[in-house]
Amino acid sequence: MTNTNPSVEIKQLDLSFGKVEVLKNLNLEIARGEFLVLLGSSGCGKSTLLNCIAGLLDVTGGQIFINDKNVTWAEPSDRGIGMVFQSYALYPQMTVEGNMSFGLKNAGMAKDEIKRRVDKAAGILQLEPLLARKPSALSGGQRQRVAIGRALVRDVDVFLFDEPLSNLDAKLRTDLRVEIKRLHQQLQNTMIYVTHDQVEAMTLADRIAIMKDGIIQQLDDPNTIYAKPRNKYVADFIGSPAMNFFKGEIKDGSFSSPEVSMDLKGYETVDGNLPNTNAWLGIRPEHIQSGANTKGCSFVGDATIEIVDPMGSDTLVWASLAGQSIRVRTEGQSSLKVGETLKIGFNADKLSIFDTDTELRV
Amino acid sequence: MADTTATTFEGPSGPKPKRAFSSTNIIIYGTLFVVCLYYLLPLYVMIMTSLKGMPEIRLGNIFGPPVEVTFEPWVKAWAEACTGINCDGLSRGFSNSIWILVPSVFLSIAIASVNGYALANWKFKGSEVFFTILIFGAFIPYQVMIYPIVILLRESGDGITNVMQFFWEDAPRFRLMGSLWGLVIVHTIFGMPILTLLFRNYFTSVPEDLFKAARVDGARFWGIYFRIMLPMSLPIFVVAMILQVTGIWNDFLFGVIYTKPETYPMTVQLNNIVNSVQGVKEYNVNMAATLLTGLVPLIIYFASGKLFVRGIAAGAVKG
Repeated sequence: MTNTNPSVEIKQLDLSFGKVEVLKNLNLEIARGEFLVLLGSSGCGKSTLLNCIAGLLDVTGGQIFINDKNVTWAEPSDRGIGMVFQSYALYPQMTVEGNMSFGLKNAGMAKDEIKRRVDKAAGILQLEPLLARKPSALSGGQRQRVAIGRALVRDVDVFLFDEPLSNLDAKLRTDLRVEIKRLHQQLQNTMIYVTHDQVEAMTLADRIAIMKDGIIQQLDDPNTIYAKPRNKYVADFIGSPAMNFFKGEIKDGSFSSPEVSMDLKGYETVDGNLPNTNAWLGIRPEHIQSGANTKGCSFVGDATIEIVDPMGSDTLVWASLAGQSIRVRTEGQSSLKVGETLKIGFNADKLSIFDTDTELRV
Repeated sequence: MADTTATTFEGPSGPKPKRAFSSTNIIIYGTLFVVCLYYLLPLYVMIMTSLKGMPEIRLGNIFGPPVEVTFEPWVKAWAEACTGINCDGLSRGFSNSIWILVPSVFLSIAIASVNGYALANWKFKGSEVFFTILIFGAFIPYQVMIYPIVILLRESGDGITNVMQFFWEDAPRFRLMGSLWGLVIVHTIFGMPILTLLFRNYFTSVPEDLFKAARVDGARFWGIYFRIMLPMSLPIFVVAMILQVTGIWNDFLFGVIYTKPETYPMTVQLNNIVNSVQGVKEYNVNMAATLLTGLVPLIIYFASGKLFVRGIAAGAVKG
């Protein structure tokens, strides 16, 4: 992404705790008003990166710029950021209003200006009836809204979210997710959002950075990440249930493995040519056709149904294809039975193929 | 639906019935009763004896209630009993103990809470080593440090005198050794390991996110301490207070070493009254004096029993 005036810029960031390197030479540019999601499994360094941006951790090397200002050594409160934590982190002895105004009081702001800002934030988040309450008298969703409000009153350009919805139950999580998205559309602030939930990542993000071992594996918009994962880790991580993989060999434009043999015509390669190499062939469960829809597919085979998971909107089938377990997503109200044979098939254009040595997309 | 409400169940249904006089209950409450009796009996004897006159005590019936109730022994213990040349009873020791107690408790808790807060939330290079050394201090026998502290107090008292005389020639000699302030310093130092441990463990259990949020909100070291940590840690402060009040009030060793007769704390004075070898042993006065001395910790325990248990439990979560 080319942007001459990024909101947050991270240059060659290193961070290690003693001998453990958590972040390695990390570069990242986040545009003004962008919603960036840092996604990864636990221990990948995503929260650490967020804490570095917030200034809660001292970096080992590199620089951090926020609004073109070098804030590498700046205090968290001087960086122009607001932060929302997973555990809400509301001050238990203060009221909602006290929680929201604490930062402004520390900054020595005038009383009427504090009140104006708190009222405005409370209005946006529908917190007005709760202003006099203590956090202990609030529900989880209300607490997290207060935490968002606390970041909101600071009137900053960059919002940092550290897994803000992970402590909420499923329904509330969906509600608040929509609320955060609406908030972003309304405020047009830069938001950096850490999560391990790929649904949150896919729905909220302008761009997703998938991290593993302190390295950004892929930084792209959600659609690209889903359709064209750059390596096998990303392909495996994104999508639920996960992508099916077959280990085999590419030779002269066709793939062959014990389970699948097919012509790869129609597959869009990264650099325009398809090397002859050992490769992983990946296909998402929802891209596998079944039954009559397999007509005209480049690969057609018979699989034995092992488990059927009806989900309402669709049905998930765990089947065995030549001895290997595969996942197939089929239509919602199906009458598939365990032990039956399911005809499956797929085309080359939906595939993701990775070199077995480098695990990179070919 | 109508007929299901009338259904009667075969076999066990609903809550399991409890028997009030099961063998388990009898054993538990019986044991508790006996133990209570065992611990309360001496207290009963003390109170009864303290309310009797000497002639009645000489009859030897220690369990019998006083025939003639008299508060004379209490008055004597408080205001007239002699220790050495002072004949103003325990009242002198009481006020000494208060003068020692209040600053010691305040100082030790103030310093230890900041210590614990810094060690829990503002880790610095070597903070763990520092903490280990501090905790190690809790395991060194007091007796080892008695003489070094005598010298330390004497020398630092002289040092302060020198500094004062540098600015003001007629400054009086300032003594730490033998003064109440010396004892306050000693108590503050010796309370440090256990209190720091207590506070550090408590502050470690406060979610780290809260501390981070406060930093994002622009609060610094003291701001977070006073505005966030202090208001939410009242239970642990109460626990520390109870520990220190009872510990310092009951202290005998430091009191007898680092003070002089005019500044003896109550415990030392009590010992001197009870163990005096001249004249008749006035058991009733001795009992009254002992009860008077024990009153302060007793009141503290009764007033804060629940909080004490809660705080100890809260402080013991993490190591």
